[in-house]
Amino acid sequence: MEHHLIRRVEYVKLLNTYPEKKSALGTLYLTATHLIYVEQTNNNTRTETWVLHHHIMSVEKLPLTASGCPLLICCKTFQLLHLLFQRERDCQDVFQSLLRLSQPVKEEELYAFLYNPHQNEVDRRQGWEFISVANDFSRMGLSNEYWEISHLNKNYEICSTYPSILGLPKNASVAVVTGSAKFRSRGRLPVLSYYHKDTKAALCRCSQPLSGLTSRCVEDEQMLQAISQANSNCPFIYVVDTRPKLNAMANRAAGKGYENEDNYSNIRFQFQGIENIHVMRNSLQKLLEVCSMKSPSMSDYLTGLENSGWLRHIKSVMDAGVFLAKAVCDERASVLVHCSDGWDRTAQVCSLACILLDPYYRTIKGLMVLIEKEWISFGHKFSHRCGHLDTDPKEVSPVFTQFLECVWQLSEQLPCVFEFNERYLIEIHNQVYACQYGNFIGNCQKERLDVRLHEKTFSLWPYLLKNQHLYRNPLYRRSLESTVLRPSTLPLHFKFWCGMYNHYDRGMHPKQSVLDQLLSLTQKQVEGERTMTELQRQLAVADGVLPDPSGPINTPAEQDGPSEKTPTAPVVQSNGSCAPLINGDAEEAGPGAEKCNEKEGADPGATEHDLTSSEDKPVSVETEHSKEEEQESS
Amino acid sequence: MEFAELIKTPRVDGVVLRRPFMPTVEGTLCLTGHHLILSSRQDNTEELWLLHANIDSTEKRFVGSLGTIIVKCKDLRVIQLDIPGMEECLNIASSIEALSTLDSVSLMYPFFYRPLFEVIEDGWQSFVPEESFKDLESMTDEWRLSEVNKDFSVCPSYPSLLTVPRDIDDESLCKAASFRHGGRFPVLSYYHKKNGMVIMRAAQPLTGTNGRRCKEDEKLINATLCAGKRGYIIDTRTIAVAQQAKARGGGFEQEANYPQWRRIHKAIERSNVLQDSLIKLVEACNDQSHSMDRWLSKLEASNWQSNVKEILTTACLAAQCIDREGASVLVHGTEGTDSTLQVTSLAQIILDPACRTIRGFEVLIEREWLQAGHPFQQRCAQSAYSNGKLRSEAPVFLLFLDCVWQILRQFPCSFQFNENLLIMLFEHAYASQFGTFLGNCVAERGKLQLSQKTVSLWSWVNRPQELERFLNPLYEPNNLVIWPSVAPQSLLLWEGVFLRWNRSTKCLDEAYQEMVHIIEYNKELQNKVNSLRRQLAQLETEDSPLQTP
Repeated sequence: MEHHLIRRVEYVKLLNTYPEKKSALGTLYLTATHLIYVEQTNNNTRTETWVLHHHIMSVEKLPLTASGCPLLICCKTFQLLHLLFQRERDCQDVFQSLLRLSQPVKEEELYAFLYNPHQNEVDRRQGWEFISVANDFSRMGLSNEYWEISHLNKNYEICSTYPSILGLPKNASVAVVTGSAKFRSRGRLPVLSYYHKDTKAALCRCSQPLSGLTSRCVEDEQMLQAISQANSNCPFIYVVDTRPKLNAMANRAAGKGYENEDNYSNIRFQFQGIENIHVMRNSLQKLLEVCSMKSPSMSDYLTGLENSGWLRHIKSVMDAGVFLAKAVCDERASVLVHCSDGWDRTAQVCSLACILLDPYYRTIKGLMVLIEKEWISFGHKFSHRCGHLDTDPKEVSPVFTQFLECVWQLSEQLPCVFEFNERYLIEIHNQVYACQYGNFIGNCQKERLDVRLHEKTFSLWPYLLKNQHLYRNPLYRRSLESTVLRPSTLPLHFKFWCGMYNHYDRGMHPKQSVLDQLLSLTQKQVEGERTMTELQRQLAVADGVLPDPSGPINTPAEQDGPSEKTPTAPVVQSNGSCAPLINGDAEEAGPGAEKCNEKEGADPGATEHDLTSSEDKPVSVETEHSKEEEQESS
Repeated sequence: MEFAELIKTPRVDGVVLRRPFMPTVEGTLCLTGHHLILSSRQDNTEELWLLHANIDSTEKRFVGSLGTIIVKCKDLRVIQLDIPGMEECLNIASSIEALSTLDSVSLMYPFFYRPLFEVIEDGWQSFVPEESFKDLESMTDEWRLSEVNKDFSVCPSYPSLLTVPRDIDDESLCKAASFRHGGRFPVLSYYHKKNGMVIMRAAQPLTGTNGRRCKEDEKLINATLCAGKRGYIIDTRTIAVAQQAKARGGGFEQEANYPQWRRIHKAIERSNVLQDSLIKLVEACNDQSHSMDRWLSKLEASNWQSNVKEILTTACLAAQCIDREGASVLVHGTEGTDSTLQVTSLAQIILDPACRTIRGFEVLIEREWLQAGHPFQQRCAQSAYSNGKLRSEAPVFLLFLDCVWQILRQFPCSFQFNENLLIMLFEHAYASQFGTFLGNCVAERGKLQLSQKTVSLWSWVNRPQELERFLNPLYEPNNLVIWPSVAPQSLLLWEGVFLRWNRSTKCLDEAYQEMVHIIEYNKELQNKVNSLRRQLAQLETEDSPLQTP
């Protein structure tokens, strides 16, 4: 990938938010796709900061100060760049370039349409076919006695924002399906989201009914009936409206609304109280203000966290997800979920319930499938919600981010049940906004087809799979996988996700990472096992080839480890060909291979207190200190 | 035995024990002089052995003839006992009440406890000041060990041996002592080997409203400064609080009299405020309501996390003065027995890798808390469920442990011990079978003859079988100074203590086990690889010595 240089500005200061005192001096480059900041340091090391233009949410010129012209860049990845230019003109130029670069108007301007990860057309096609919703239906056991895969929507005529294949109850006639679609907002009729084999209960999703104050629709009533009949284990179905009751009532006046229990037989109707996209957008805004406060007191921080309402919203999504999972597995009841359009809150709670119910979705690949199924194919409006293009800012909302956070909250409570670690969730989040791959461009399947996305861009999933070693959770235990997750939803079990919202404030994070430590150990383990097998082979060879009067030194069997986890590979018996003996080969991961975590030390700036006396010591003093300490450590 | 008259009903059958996240147990309740015991007489069911001293408060409720006693413990656990029979219930409740609030120290369990293990290393003899001084002597000759306080007359809350500047004689020490609250004159707390800077601690100077001064005190602390060097005085109180102290005869060092020292005021809360903070925090943690806003606002209102942040920030400041500024530090608050010790001990954990080993941490607690005269018995008499009539209870030590946990969380590989050690220390500071945390200072412990009549906590902890539980599998010795972040986002609620009884630990325990498994398996694997290499090498040299070039 070439990076056409658009602009280069020298002597730009990058101010650090936390710890505050440190700032860097360097050169700023703008390319067609990235903003690159190269820090000049004394000891010949280059620190580069790359920011994708698509990641930039806002650029703001702050009032002129004595030390220069400040520019504040806020990113969708929650990175904040506080730059200080020496000359006003440079600042203005960069400001205007960034405004233009960070807000593409047309889809074709998005990075994904230029980006090629060195793949040919075959790779590209395979990449797109790698995750298949149809396969997931078969995994759930569809089609079966009660449910079938329907192609009624293959031309997107019944519902333009739904996928082309739908899971429908077998005994719902075409008339019922089309009739029900007409009675649902934007034609988003009740369809299968997840089929729970063990209980035969189904998780279904749709949009709100066009019930208004008095309307009803026989086909829609029959549709719900059909869903109910598909599960003989429970005489009723839950209908869950994820909105607060007040919002749903307001919709009735506009000819929409919610199901009247009198018209539908055997439904149990339930509100869940998740707020709408505007409330969520404002809440995140407030949360980010808290995150970027300069040396807040504990009280400022906690009050800000409370006032943002963010964790309250996260909890409301989690509560709804847990409600669905319990209904399915404890009550063996099918559930129909909707909100208004059924593409935001509905996607959140259905996908969360899937994770609670089915261990498959807790794997690296399973999460891809889940996102592809519940979010991409069911028409979560990624382009609008993420603000990929310069469109209506009122459409932007962190709905998907909230889903990822719910998964993270689960992983904090239940550290052994996910195959992936926190970095996987953060990487997915960054990729959603990056538009480097095509997956999250467009608002629904039809739109993607229309712009021939699969021919013009590449899929993210193969890239993530290739790097999956980075995203593994070393504590993952498959033995636990069959269990339905039962997280606590007490408020005190929800935490602020520092790794996401303060991701770039490295000073705030633990200075040593248990995850890195364990990942490097599991890596060493693989190497160690390989070395052991190889050594055993050599020993066997030596044994067989060299006649030794004192008999075998050691039979390979005796070398077998006690571990049940790792079967030792069978020892290759000498076949007569003379393998040379190799000296204890130092290159192969020996015990002293490498020490991780040499870098924790000594960043006094990380403690926020300043000595009032030490009015800005020269930076070099501090550098000297840390060098000294590094020497000590070695 | 005198407890017998307090126990009106020694046993009741058919008592039901309810605890959160554990199955209910039905069995026989027995009261002994020191324990509340519930036994189901069935295998595989856990019995309850609760020290009366661990009971913070009790509540009674009656529904018909079924009585319920809710027992709230100092380790923050809450249990419920359903007792059939109104009279039995009343008797049990009043016995628990009486037995858990015994006034006399010598009636406490440690005086009756006989260890079921062989004491290999007597913890009472494990930490002698002379030993620490030998270490110091090997680094510098500027300090001496003074016996001025050998009969505890100069300062009742100090130990008999104190490390003071070599050039200050005992007479000057006495004069300086008379100028400091409670006689707590400045003594050495920590010597930073890297640059020879020191942390000293004391109590507030008794300047009073008319600005009294004391030449000996000035000389004493100036003696710790190198020529031309300045030092820092960290007063853990705000300037306003320090000003007010003047009216009661206390005060702070005037710049004019201490020209070589720069005074910095911090805002660590006093003990009664901290106790209130703990009560509110625990109340918030036990609130089972499902409102997020309520939880966050109660957490904020408790101020606990603010206290943690302020203490850690002050400790970082002290450490920064030493390591970054190359300046010595004197720390004091009012009495010099609470916030002062929090700051000096945490600064040492930041600066000194030795304090991050198990042994070193024990030494630190022994030296900076027990011998330095933190009044454990007063501070830990009641915990978070105490209601009304508090005297001098305060979770000063618990806050210190919380701060250590925060550093441990940020540097999970730099400590030889794990969270379990901290939790254990919290439990034993409040209720224990061991005598270590009884009494308020060295002099009191001597009078109580604790070292003869009770077993030391360290005798138990330092047994290899016990130590295992406290070892951090991720530990890799790290000689660096470790600077924790004190941003609010970096400081978490210590779930291991405050949510301990409000959650199921099954998943977290599994995760810990898995981590240990990975590390252990790796070690085994590396050992095996090494032994295979050796075998191979041996084969080579035996069989074909000429093959190696």
